[in-house]
Amino acid sequence: MEKSVNYGGHHDDLNLEATKLRLGLPGIISSDIGYEKQSSSASTVVVVRNNKRASPVGIMTQESSSKSHSNVSDARNGDPNSHHQPPAKAQVVGWPPIRSFRRNSFQQKKTDQGDGAGMYVKVSMDGAPYLRKVDLKVYKSYPELLTALENMFKFTIGEYSEREGYNRSEYAPTYEDKDGDWMLVGDVPWDMFIFSCKRLRIMKGSEARGLGCL
Amino acid sequence: MRKERTEISQDDDRSPPADLRGTDSAESSNKTRNCSGVGSVSGSTGPSSMEFQAPCPDQVLENVLENVLQFLSSRRDRNAASLVCKSWLRVEALTRSDLYIGNCYSVSPRRAMNRFSGVRSVSIKGRPRFADFNLMPIDWGAHFAPWVTAMASAYPWLEKVYLKRMSITDDDLALLAESFPSFKELVIVCCDGFSTSGLALIASDCRQLKVLDLIESEVTDDDVDWIACFPESGATCLESLIFDCVECPINFDALESLVARSPSLKKLRLNCYVSIGQLCRLIVRAPQLTHLGTGSYSSPDDIVPGEHASDLQSALASCKSLVCLSGFKEMLPDYLPAIYPVCANLTSLNFSYANIHADQIISVIFHCHKLQVLDSIRDEGLQAVASTCKDLRELRVFPLDARGDTEGPVSDVGLQAISEGCRKLRSILYFCQHMTNEAVIAMSTNCPDLEVFRLCIITLHSPDHVTGKPMDEGFGAIVMNCKKLTRLAVSGLLTDRAFGYIGKYGKLLRTLSVAFAGDSDMGLKYVLEGCPRLQKLEIRDSPFGDAALHSGLHHYYNMRFLWMSSCRLSPKGCQEIVRALPRLVVEVIKDEVAECPDNTVNILYMYRSLEGPRNDAPKIVTILQ
Repeated sequence: MEKSVNYGGHHDDLNLEATKLRLGLPGIISSDIGYEKQSSSASTVVVVRNNKRASPVGIMTQESSSKSHSNVSDARNGDPNSHHQPPAKAQVVGWPPIRSFRRNSFQQKKTDQGDGAGMYVKVSMDGAPYLRKVDLKVYKSYPELLTALENMFKFTIGEYSEREGYNRSEYAPTYEDKDGDWMLVGDVPWDMFIFSCKRLRIMKGSEARGLGCL
Repeated sequence: MRKERTEISQDDDRSPPADLRGTDSAESSNKTRNCSGVGSVSGSTGPSSMEFQAPCPDQVLENVLENVLQFLSSRRDRNAASLVCKSWLRVEALTRSDLYIGNCYSVSPRRAMNRFSGVRSVSIKGRPRFADFNLMPIDWGAHFAPWVTAMASAYPWLEKVYLKRMSITDDDLALLAESFPSFKELVIVCCDGFSTSGLALIASDCRQLKVLDLIESEVTDDDVDWIACFPESGATCLESLIFDCVECPINFDALESLVARSPSLKKLRLNCYVSIGQLCRLIVRAPQLTHLGTGSYSSPDDIVPGEHASDLQSALASCKSLVCLSGFKEMLPDYLPAIYPVCANLTSLNFSYANIHADQIISVIFHCHKLQVLDSIRDEGLQAVASTCKDLRELRVFPLDARGDTEGPVSDVGLQAISEGCRKLRSILYFCQHMTNEAVIAMSTNCPDLEVFRLCIITLHSPDHVTGKPMDEGFGAIVMNCKKLTRLAVSGLLTDRAFGYIGKYGKLLRTLSVAFAGDSDMGLKYVLEGCPRLQKLEIRDSPFGDAALHSGLHHYYNMRFLWMSSCRLSPKGCQEIVRALPRLVVEVIKDEVAECPDNTVNILYMYRSLEGPRNDAPKIVTILQ
């Protein structure tokens, strides 16, 4: 079921775990327990780093494999459906080595955007009886968003290519931007996209293929 | 009055050369000096009561030396001069005006002040760098208090203080403000522990203050209006006022008045509580500014976004001397074009706090032909930098967000472009998700002037993302080809081979930073045995154990410090270091929360010291003895 969606030079595998809805600010260490909770942002196990230099808190577990020597928490241990990720995506104390001032200013930006209440946009799918809503802030990239949409509407989108869009597929994800134009999802950098996207529409059939034939 | 006969030194059997006879020793008559190597005798009185004596050659030499050494400013040169003989040691100590303490625990204030009596400027560094990333307990130490207390009596004519990674209290600042009537410059970098109350005292009591620079430090908001505490009337001597890290609202009217009364003000970096409208008003008062930090660079009260843009543009245009721009913390893109006209003269630009789109960064960069220093986020603008900023010396590229999760464009392309476009590059700090050896090798050959190469591949153990191989060859090329390299930070998937290269070629290396790298003890051994100039070594999460630690015994007294955290050290291994090197202070720090197998040392921090174990360590720190 999992397909790779390539974007230009990106070499990502579908990262199901990364699209799992979890609430928390970047740079936070989340424990295995907290990972399962999806409902509340006031999860007690999430340690929030504020501006003050905090004592080093973090889950630093020694991996048991003989080769490993890093203290990285693999927060996905508890989830049987998890797609195994290299430790890259786990959160490590003091990594990347960025001072709290910079880290905090990123956090601030993330919460400032979209009035801090999420950037929910409507998603319509041709032929579906009702619309859905997604919070664009939750996703960090196009593969994440598209996978979520695929799951939501139970369909598959093909590979994106700059030249041909989603030509291999029956579907094409599009969005309405600030100017009212309908654009193909994936052309502009992610950050630009989330600011300009007002609503999403997943086109189907000949209309979708039509984009690739131009 | 009889002048006391100075003792003739053992060397002085010969009579002094004729041309030195009668050399005026009155110059030195006020200073305590002796010309013998043995014992100390008080100096002479004024010239009128002086009996003529042929000044002994040593005294003459000391006079000459003193005059010559006044010109020696480099502390390394001075350290070398002080090793020649005791006479030179003495004279150098008398003439040293800048005291630099690289590790506040390596020497006690009293010892330093006993040796150097004529100091006017003191620089002190405290915590190791990894403390910035929450790897150390908050109360670890590095207190300014004992230093300021000692200086208050030893250096009443003190003019400058520079502090980095120290804990400073308001009481310390109070003591500073009242003890030094000639005090002129206070620069505080990455410190904490004080509040706006402390700042208020500095502002009100240091009447000669020229420089008050607060950089990346945590300042508690005590609700004190410290800006208003500067003297209310008359011109000030202020040349530099940097407070962008002070996250408290300020009294803008007081600030505006202060700026208006500071004709020498060249550097002004505002915090985010200053809006664009206010920024305009300040700039208009200070067209002589050379360095400007823009504050928030936004205007939340705009009815129409960007309505102040033309005001801002003309205000900025009146600053003909502006060479450095920073700030932009909450930037409103509508105001970005206002800075285009000043870009042509900029040599330094810090955009790293601005969350703006790539094309906006690019639109600014295209105007900045003279840029030498750039701090930025994201690497999409790097092609523009490479084609426009041919004079670039320093580049720091930070990740878009702290986790570095954002899928940016391919980072090696950016690095390659920079290496081809910016041949004069001396210093680079580059955060990325992945990298290739090819791009790093390109940089090593294209930028031979590199002195600082810090590559942080955020993805742990990330190999070359094209070939899948370790990043050994890339870093190897850097140490091999960049002959002036003194500082290196490595990351990504690295085997012992990379460290072999470093040990073999990194002969000038002074600072090395290692994280999640290496296979075995050999890695660290290569470095400790191969890099004779190594001063600062910080290692985390790497498989280096006791054997590797012991391979550096011949070198640790030459180093400022060694930091090893989450490696494979045992308490026993560290204890052996203490036994072998008694002048080393070996601190072992437990992490309160981390689960750590009993027999491993969580954090080892060791440094040479003349004073032995310090007495201000918190419980969590064990000093091995």
